[in-house]
Order: sequence, then structure tokens, then C-alpha cells
Amino acid sequence: MSAITQTAENNNRGKNKNWGTWGLAALITAVIIFAYFQNPNVTEAVLAATVRYSIPLILGALCGIYCERAGIVNVGIEGQMLMAAFLAYMVNVWTGNLLLALIVGVLTGAVIGLFLAFLSVSVKLNQIIGGTVINILATGITGFFYVVGSTTQGKLGPIVLGPLASLPIIGRALFSNAPITYMAFILVAVSQVVFFHTRWGLRTRAVGEHPRAADTLGINVFRTRYVSTIIGGALAGLAGAFLTLEGVGSFERGMTNGRGFIALAVMIFGKWNPIGAMLAALLFGFANALQTQLQFMGVNVAHQFIGMIPYVLTIVVVSGFIGRSRPPAAEGTPYEKE
Amino acid sequence: MARTILETKDINKSFPGTQANQNVSIRLEEGEVLALLGENGAGKSTLMNIIYGLYNQDDGEIWLDGKPYAINEPHDAIAAGIGMVHQHFMLIPVFTVLENIMLGAEVANGPFLDKAEARKRIIALSQDYGLEVDPDAIVEELPVGIQQRVEILKALFREVKILILDEPTAVLTPQETEELFVIMRNLTKQGVSIVFITHKLKEVLAIADRIVIMRRGKVVGETRPSEVNEHDLANMMVGREVILQVEKAAAQPGEALFEIEGLSIHDAAQLHSVNNVSFTVRAGEILGLAGVQGNGQTELAEAITGLRHYNSGTVRIAGEVMPQTNPRKQVQHGMAHIPEDRHKHGLILQDPLTDNFVLCTYNQPPFAHRGVRDRQAIYENAVELIQRFDVRTSSALTPAGDLSGGNQQKVIVGRELSRDVKVVIANQPTRGLDVGSIEYIHRTLVRLRDEGAAVLLISSELDEILSLSDRIAVMYRGQIVSTLNAAEASREEIGLLMAGSAQRTMEAEAA
Repeated sequence: MSAITQTAENNNRGKNKNWGTWGLAALITAVIIFAYFQNPNVTEAVLAATVRYSIPLILGALCGIYCERAGIVNVGIEGQMLMAAFLAYMVNVWTGNLLLALIVGVLTGAVIGLFLAFLSVSVKLNQIIGGTVINILATGITGFFYVVGSTTQGKLGPIVLGPLASLPIIGRALFSNAPITYMAFILVAVSQVVFFHTRWGLRTRAVGEHPRAADTLGINVFRTRYVSTIIGGALAGLAGAFLTLEGVGSFERGMTNGRGFIALAVMIFGKWNPIGAMLAALLFGFANALQTQLQFMGVNVAHQFIGMIPYVLTIVVVSGFIGRSRPPAAEGTPYEKE
Repeated sequence: MARTILETKDINKSFPGTQANQNVSIRLEEGEVLALLGENGAGKSTLMNIIYGLYNQDDGEIWLDGKPYAINEPHDAIAAGIGMVHQHFMLIPVFTVLENIMLGAEVANGPFLDKAEARKRIIALSQDYGLEVDPDAIVEELPVGIQQRVEILKALFREVKILILDEPTAVLTPQETEELFVIMRNLTKQGVSIVFITHKLKEVLAIADRIVIMRRGKVVGETRPSEVNEHDLANMMVGREVILQVEKAAAQPGEALFEIEGLSIHDAAQLHSVNNVSFTVRAGEILGLAGVQGNGQTELAEAITGLRHYNSGTVRIAGEVMPQTNPRKQVQHGMAHIPEDRHKHGLILQDPLTDNFVLCTYNQPPFAHRGVRDRQAIYENAVELIQRFDVRTSSALTPAGDLSGGNQQKVIVGRELSRDVKVVIANQPTRGLDVGSIEYIHRTLVRLRDEGAAVLLISSELDEILSLSDRIAVMYRGQIVSTLNAAEASREEIGLLMAGSAQRTMEAEAA
């Protein structure tokens, strides 16, 4: 009886938290609409930049969610993205086939995911060290093999979704994008359904929370962790491919520039939920786009302070609106069968 | 004779250093409750884990319905209709009841979960077997008794024919235990066969159709409840004559040595985990604090031993108020503490016994002079205590972590009770120990009482409370709901108080 009341209380608490989130969303929407009436072009440009900046974070965070929901901590997202970005770029340079480059990027991520799964599940290496190994390898390998001056024959171009693209405010940002951007949003929705409405999702979450319990119910903990980490790797690979094939169009040394780590923050911020992570990534992307725009407009504030905006915003939101987020209970611990 | 549904034939299993099962052959008949009785470490759980596929036997066979059947993985056992409720529940705390029950046996359309259909089936099952539970509750928010129902429902959801219950009553109140027995009877009526693992003699006699006794990895006897009494069972289980009742003279309570007044602890959510608790323990008496696990005893024990901050109240030892979170000061005033979690608060597992024996006194003579440790004195102290408290170890320099649970507990008891103590706080002092060690620790506590110490015994084992205490305080939801004279208290009365129902009656009467 009391337990039931307690559950109801928790739900209420959850609802109160949601008010904060909704309030923030309403505020941002109001600011955007106001800005649109002031200067439609700039506003649309900021929103488009928001989406562009968010995509690798969304995909990176999805990678983190797939791994951690199964109990594997992946701090190697940065390295997975970098290697995938590099190889996708090289394939594009050699063959000029963008589809092939994309596939190679995704596969690169998946193979590194397999490597991480092998280290964490089979070798039972400390997972933070496993991820760090991947980051160091990726920096070293891409730095060594990258040849300055190679050129590509183009990048993935936008697909304009007919009249949707001419909607005011959001049309340009959401419906006039290159394929990986659309894919990212579709993957968020698919992942949300997969984790919370399918058998596979239920089992994967169980493995991340209490692997022994899952084992006693006949669920193969090792296989689940392998599969999840490989899928995660493929998503990080897609994020890398986005950078070289869609975002920038070329490769530079260290071009991921910490996005893999920000993706981890985004994942935590989104409470290990795909949709939550997407919203977190968009917020971070928005802050970044705003910051760039403010610097561009020559606002009379030292640029260091403007550069802080995304980070300050993150701190405020995390501390004020999100509440406690709780990681999967078994993450980071290798499973030992008795 | 009923049909044999499950049989093990000469199962052997060894772990490094021990032979956990040695030629174990048991037989389970259809629709019976078979009690598997034995001390901790007798090999009961090992055998069941082999049947459930969590361990693989070194040799021997498992037969189902008269045919050999290979069980290598839990998956094989589940397919054969075997279900197991583990001693430590195998539930996902953050999942709902529904998700926990269907996990691994999901009701689904293609890959998509069909929660509505699963909910229907769970509600039907809980009605059929009298196992009431809210399918949408989050498991970690449920009391353990209900969590156990979820475990049983999990097995029923998989349509088990054989149900293994591993120490199911360890976490239950006497009333919840009664309810469990009713459920077990219901199950056997519907054709389920049950293996019931326990070391509690009363329960075996109350519920079992047949009893198999194991000792040191071997089956040492088989009997029926009608043919034996508790005393016989205890002797068979331990392999020698045991005295179940602690012999003690009437208490001679003296001055108040340990006084707690109005102690409250709020947890993070501003709920009272301990709410305005007051009690006094006098010299020469044992106050038993009874209660089902999780009713604030752990928090209370940590607070009064100086390990946890409390929000209000005072703790006095021999009349002097103790400052908050200062265990050393309390130790210097004559407090001995046998903590609930011996690994976390009782010992430094990687350190040798020599150091573990002087954790409270390492900085005082004769173990240290002007800040320099005297290793010779420390070593001699360890050798003496090992002998006096009968610690089984290869040497005084063995790391504490290498000892068995019972011997680790003896090290703690030896360290705490060899000093000159006024107040003894013993929290679950015999949990997980064999009958021999329990006997020893009980006798030691009574001896200290007779020597004039004030003893606070915190235990969730009602039998322990009843046999040792002079007075009994019952804790429920962070409060002491009643304090009784042990001589006048009945098992039933305390059981009701532990479940909080007596309090409700009292409130109803008051209103």
C-alpha cells in the first residue's frame, strides 16, 4: 500500500521536474520567435548551425547510450569518431564514391566497437583504459597517415524536402539537410522505441543493470554486450562520417576536437535516453551557434566570455532543471560467470 | 509412492580448497515440499545452482522424469520447467514488476513487447495463487516480502513444475513466513514440486513433506517431520550434540550505561529513517532490538556507534554525552562494536590478523610507545587472542580476508571483547555463521553481561533475540514501537510488532 503511494509521489516529482524543462523549452522558443521577427535570415542561419553542430553529438551520445545501457562505459567515442572520419575521408579521396565512404566510416566505428567489446567483455580490461587506448591509437594513426593537400570530389549535399523546407523558422534548419542529418533524427526515434518497447531493449537494459539476474533468466550477457557495443561503435562511425562527408567535407588532424567527450556529457544530461540526449545535444548546439553568431556580430563583450556561453548554459541546465540522473547500475564492471 | 520428478545422481563439485558436493544423490517427488537442511557451507546452494545450471558439476547426472538431462546453462533449466528463487533476489531494482516478471520470457508481437497482454497474465496468475502485487510498481520501492512474491511470480510466469526456494525466509517476518507457507501449499496442490533450502529447524518441521540433511557437502540423512524433533535435526545437521537454548541466569541490571534519547535521522529525501528513538541499556542486561531488515536498524546502529551523522538526539555512555561521529571517543569510553557488515566496517581484509586485532588500540601502550609501533607486542597479542577465541587460521600473519566468515567474526569478537568494555553493540553478530560459532558468540555475550557490561543486541533473527535478551525493543519504520520484558514476550506478539500490525491496532484503539 505504502509502496504504491510512494510510486505515485515519485511520478509527481517527475512531473514537477518536467515543468522546469517545459519552461526552458518555452523560453527558448519565445526567444527564437522574437529573434525571427527582428531578423529572419540570421535566426534561420543560427538554427541551421544548431542542427549542424548537434548531429555528431546526437550520434555520439547514441553510441554512449547503446554501450552503457548494456553496461560498457565507452570513453573511446572520440577515437571511434576520429578514425571513422579519417577512413571515410580517405575512401572518398580514393574512389569519390560517397556511399562507399559512408559505409566504410560506419564499419570503422563498428570494428573499433568490436575491439572495445573484446577488451571489456572477454579480456575484462578496465573499460576506461580500453577507451583511452582507442583514443590514443586513433590520434596517432590518423595523424601519421594523413597527407596534407589531398582533395575530395565533393561532399553529401542537402536533400530539400519540398514545401516543408520553406516553412518559416524551422524549415531551413530541419527540412533542407544532407542524408546523415535525417538519419540521425530517425535513429533517435528508432532507438527510443528499441530500448523501451522491444524485447531486445528490455534485455539489454537488464544486462546493464543487473547482469547476474539477466543470466539466471537465460539471457546471454556476453553476447548482449558485444552486440550493443558494436552497434554503438557503428553510430560513432556515422558521427565521424558526418564530419568529413557532410559537415566539413575534408579531414584535419584532431578534427573531432572533443566532440566524443561532449557526447558523453550529452548522454548523461539526457539521462541515458535517446530523446533526452537529442534535446540536450540541440540545446548545446544552439548555445554554440548563438555564441558564434554573437562573435560574428561583433557584440562588445570580450570573446572569451561569449565563448563560455555553451558551457555555462550546460552547467545551469544540468544543475537547475534536470535533477539526478542515474547511470545503469552495472556499467563499467566486467561480468564474471561463477 | 509418488512419481519421482527430479533426481541427482552422485553429483560432485569442488571449488579451490573445498569439496562443495560429494556424491550427492537426492530425489524430488511430484507435488511435495522437500526441505534441504544444512548449515551454511554444507553445499545446499551449490547443489541447487548446479540443478539450475549456474554451476556445472564435475561429475554426476541430473535426471528429470526418469531420463538423464544435461543442464549447462540456466536456459536449459528454464526449458525443463525448473525455476529458482535465489537467496539474493535476482530482480532489476529500477524495472517495474511487470518488466521483471516478463524479462527473458517476454510476451511480444515480433520484436515489440506486448505489455497489456503480459499485465493480464500476471494479474490472472496473482489471483490464482493469492500473490497480490501491483504490476506497475517499481521493484526497488517494494518491501522485501513483496519482492519475493515477484520472484515467485517470475517462476510461475514460466510455468515451472519444479520450484527451488533458496533460504526464502531469511528476509521475512514470522507472519510473512506463514503467508509464504500458505503460498507453497497452494503451489503443491496445483502440482508444483518444491525444494526448500533452509537452516531453520522450526520451518522445516512446519512445512516439509520430507527432509534431506546435508553436512560438509554430503547427504547425511533423510527423514520426515513426523519422525523427528528440532533437537534431532540440529544434531544431524551439526554432527554432534548441540545446545539450542542458551543457559543464562536472571539478569542483575545495574546503573544505566548506554542511553539514547530522541535520536532521529533524516535521509536525503527528508524521510525519517530513524524517528525519535529513545532507549536505555543498563549494566548487566541484554537489550534485544528486533525488527525486519530495513526498518532503520542499520542507520540507528551506525549513528549510535559514531559512524553516521544524526539530526537530533543524544548518545550517552556512562552518563557522558558523546559528540557526533567520533567513534574513537566512544571506543575510549568503553564501547565495543560488532558491526553488521564485517567486511566493510569490521576488518581490513588485506591486512594480517595481527593488525586487525589492534585496530582500536594500536596507538596505545603496549602496542605503541611514543608513536612507534611495537610489533612484538602486537604479534604476541594476536597469538594469544587466536587461542583464546579459537580462531582457525594458519598463522597470525594471515590476511583477515583469507579466513572463513565464522573465523572472521571471531577475530572481530576477539578484538572488541578482549578490551575492558562497558557497552557492547552487537549488530547481527551471528549472521551467516554455523551453529558452532553461533553457540560460542552467544555464550560470550552472556558472559559479558554477567560481568557487568550493557549489551545491545540488534538482530533480525527472532530466535536469537528471544533466547538472549532480557528486554526486547521492536523497531518498525524507524521507530521503537514497543519494549517488552523478554520473559513475558511471545513469538507471535513480537512478530506482529515487527510487521507493524500491532501498532495499527493500538492506534485504532486510541482513536
